[in-house]
Amino acid sequence: MMPENQGSSSPLVLRRVTGAKGISCVVVEGNCTLAVIGERIQQIAAELSQLASEPELRWDLTQVAHMDDAGAVLLWRGWGGHQPRYLFVKPEHQRFFERLEEMPAPPPPVMRNRLWPITVLGKAVFLLWAHLVSLVILAGQLVLEIKYLAGRPSRIPWREISANLYRTGAQALGITALVGFLIGVVLSYLSSRQLQIFGADIFIVNILGLSVIREIGPVLAAILVAGRSGSSMTAQLGVMRVTEELDALTVMGIPHSLRLILPKVIALGLAMPLVVLWTSAVALIGGMVVAEIQLGLGHKFFLSRLPDVVAVSNLWLGLGKGIACGMAIALISCHFGLRIKSNTESLGAGTTNSVVTSITVVIIIDAIFAVVFADVGLR
Amino acid sequence: MPRDNCIIEVEGLYTRFGNHVVHENIGLCVQRGEVLTLVGGSGSGKTALMRQILGLDTPAEGTVRVFGEPLRNQNRQQIQNMRNRCGVLFQKGALFSALSVYDNIALPMRELRMLDEDMIRDLVMLKLEMVEIAPAHANKMPAELSGGMIKRIALARAMALDPELLFLDEPTAGLDPELSDGFVRLIKTMKSELTFTIVMATHDLDTLVALSDRVAVLADKRLVALGTLREVINTNHAFISNFFCGVRGRKTLRSNNSILNSIL
Repeated sequence: MMPENQGSSSPLVLRRVTGAKGISCVVVEGNCTLAVIGERIQQIAAELSQLASEPELRWDLTQVAHMDDAGAVLLWRGWGGHQPRYLFVKPEHQRFFERLEEMPAPPPPVMRNRLWPITVLGKAVFLLWAHLVSLVILAGQLVLEIKYLAGRPSRIPWREISANLYRTGAQALGITALVGFLIGVVLSYLSSRQLQIFGADIFIVNILGLSVIREIGPVLAAILVAGRSGSSMTAQLGVMRVTEELDALTVMGIPHSLRLILPKVIALGLAMPLVVLWTSAVALIGGMVVAEIQLGLGHKFFLSRLPDVVAVSNLWLGLGKGIACGMAIALISCHFGLRIKSNTESLGAGTTNSVVTSITVVIIIDAIFAVVFADVGLR
Repeated sequence: MPRDNCIIEVEGLYTRFGNHVVHENIGLCVQRGEVLTLVGGSGSGKTALMRQILGLDTPAEGTVRVFGEPLRNQNRQQIQNMRNRCGVLFQKGALFSALSVYDNIALPMRELRMLDEDMIRDLVMLKLEMVEIAPAHANKMPAELSGGMIKRIALARAMALDPELLFLDEPTAGLDPELSDGFVRLIKTMKSELTFTIVMATHDLDTLVALSDRVAVLADKRLVALGTLREVINTNHAFISNFFCGVRGRKTLRSNNSILNSIL
């Protein structure tokens, strides 16, 4: 698919002619452009360097119709990085070679320091410290904002809180229900098979009740929300940084912490316990269905036995975990979102880091709860 | 004009966004070797037309042919060939932020898979010199550069494969007058050294007067004028008289007396 007009598709040809006085001359004909040279580049380069080994050879480029930078560089490299002694060239093509002669040397590549394992480790430690410090600063800022709002209740960003409540809570109901139900089914199925061996069918209520309400419900919901809402919060703030919307808010005198971050933290703090309750309930329903099919335990029996074997404090513990995890997820996501710099690379890395950190922190919070409340709700 | 001299042909093009009609029956031929400038008010669809010529958007009706070939129904190799012959300078540069300046310019050359790394290095340095960027900046990332530098490096990337057809979307928007003059000079110099066709969308009268061979005016959903600057100015249309003969327009055109005389 080459252009047909102006003969700009005629190929590049190197022709060696010997003149009357026995002087050899290389006549270059056709088009010396990248589009025309195309696949023949290696072949022409080899031809050129072979011819260029004779320094007395004359080069006649006046028959070249078109030339571009790539063609000029090809000839130039063939000649070994300098003009041949005898070169005849059209004046409009002379400029290519003049430019090549003036071409600056490329900068040396950046050398890698030999001590890189130490510097990498050191940088990681400092980075962790910087993250911790700015997380604490962000949390402190939020406390100050709450103090400020306590004096001026009319400034409370109700609209933002309710929008976030809907996005992070109501819109998460579908996925948490699906995952919760399936986990409940799997857990109940595997446990009931084991219990049947010992004839301890009735303990399925204890196992499911305790594990789902105290542990699986909250952790499952928190991990799903961290992946779902956490990533979107980070990306949203990151894109706002890229498009300078954050700066626009600042110059209008609207603090980010008040209008963007506080509503997210409060909304997720409110939504998470509700999502936890929902996930636990659906997981229990899943477990109940399997218990009925697998063990023949009726759902009425299951529900009447549940309050007897699982202390209500376990439910409060699960909801407490939900509040803590929700606020932590929102805080971490916003923290990473605000650190994003205005380029796409940073946006991707920031979102990944945010989700990984949120999920890790969720697990850590869960472990802390397990240790601190070891004596609560278990008999 | 001979039809086969058209490098871009637009025929009966309609653009609609929902119920909103942007273009109605636009026909345009860009001739080989010329600089054609698209002008029009905000929202007149300059960028939309350019995107359709580039094949980034599909028109609601009508055909666009670039190098005589329709943009759709082509195989991968044909499209790749067509793309290699076009260079585009986006309004904000669109440099890849994950790649250094050097790698940004080298990317189209590497993608050809024909040039060796030594040759690419020479070509990149040549392009950088052409847009007057010091080699010390070659290892920087786009985030570390100023707006003017991003524009020039984006131009170097657009020129990486010595395209026959160059698209410039608002080439001088966001540059200060001095940088903008420098940029216009740079394009003029390149145009005199290399042979290529330029399609440009701009608001900037200085750029328009300095570079264009022909001007296409988009207004009222149509192409209301197409011709040399002198012909366009003599067209009777509200947008044209506002744009060229308003206070700003006259000031700019005063530097080009022959054109000013033709309107007075």
